[in-house]
Amino acid sequence: MSADTSLKPIGVCQNRVMSSRPSAQSGTSKNPDVWVVIPLYNEAQVIGKVIDELHAKFENVVCVDDGSTDGSGAIAAAHGARVVTHPINLGQGAALQTGITFARVRPETQYVVTFDADGQHRIEDALAMLQLARTEHLGCVFGSRFLDDRTQPGFLKKVVLKTAVVVTNFSTHMKLTDAHNGLRVLSVDTCQKINMLQDRMAHASEIVAQIGKAHVTWKEYPVEVLYTDYSKAKGQSLLNAVNILFELIVK
Amino acid sequence: MNWIQVLLVIGLLLVGFYLVRARPSASHLALRRLFVILTTIAGVVVVVWPGLLIWLAHSLGIGRGADLLLYGLVVFVLVDSVSNYKRSVNHARTTSELARALALTEERLQESIEELAALKQSTSTKTTKKSAGTPIAKRK
Repeated sequence: MSADTSLKPIGVCQNRVMSSRPSAQSGTSKNPDVWVVIPLYNEAQVIGKVIDELHAKFENVVCVDDGSTDGSGAIAAAHGARVVTHPINLGQGAALQTGITFARVRPETQYVVTFDADGQHRIEDALAMLQLARTEHLGCVFGSRFLDDRTQPGFLKKVVLKTAVVVTNFSTHMKLTDAHNGLRVLSVDTCQKINMLQDRMAHASEIVAQIGKAHVTWKEYPVEVLYTDYSKAKGQSLLNAVNILFELIVK
Repeated sequence: MNWIQVLLVIGLLLVGFYLVRARPSASHLALRRLFVILTTIAGVVVVVWPGLLIWLAHSLGIGRGADLLLYGLVVFVLVDSVSNYKRSVNHARTTSELARALALTEERLQESIEELAALKQSTSTKTTKKSAGTPIAKRK
């Protein structure tokens, strides 16, 4: 277990400057040993753009279409992502697990990047986290929006997220600063140890718990979450925190 | 504290503990069946000998037999709903596993079809004069 404060300087850089750096690091190769896993549920408006942007840096993108009713899966396929389609809606946790199961059996896979479909993550952050995992041979890198003050969630959202952090840390004995961030980098070995049973939102805490139990080396990395009007409208409500709490306590 | 209070508090705590901790298993099913059988027998006995219920209520410190019956009913309903909740969670997990397996199989199938189509195309453009049997033999 490593202290999250030690890596803070890595992320301290100006937003605009940072974007040029990872492309220089990755060069011309598009990370052929990485699979980007996107749980996808009714994001037809934005998913195409998200995939196009990802494809500039990652050649392998898989969308797990969790029974979308707005044709998100077809759009993802048209934009060149591999699409795995759940016949019924199971929840984000189940979609994430399907994506991890899909990626971990492939011979080329060394790392799995989990990415949200609504375009709230920055690709520069994903690349930097991947770089960190590669150079320090980490089993897992968690994105955290609370390690610096770039991200500005609303007050209520902050309360919800911080509550989730406290509950997760209490139940998993880990010391994270952001429990419900969709941006993570997992090594293939870590993926073998993960089997999420929570179909719904509590999976974010469950994945932390399983990584804690498996004694995987991990770090947190400061990321910026882009709260667009689109993602704001879809965000989690306070009542959802009650659901997460219940699902974590009641097995 | 009355005997019945002690019994009820213990019973309710057990139900709560069961909700948070226990995982469904084969022994869970056996207990569930035993629970139903015992409740049925107790019901028949109490209907045939109502005096028994009143005697039991008095010895536990309750005024009326009907009150004891109500307490018993509350605990029964709680146990039953928790047990059902556990079962439905189990069913949901099974469904998830099935749906996942189906989704991944379908994707693999799609990928094989694409690979096969690509193979066919490349062989048909490259070897126009060779026999069609060679690519199949190669794959074996």
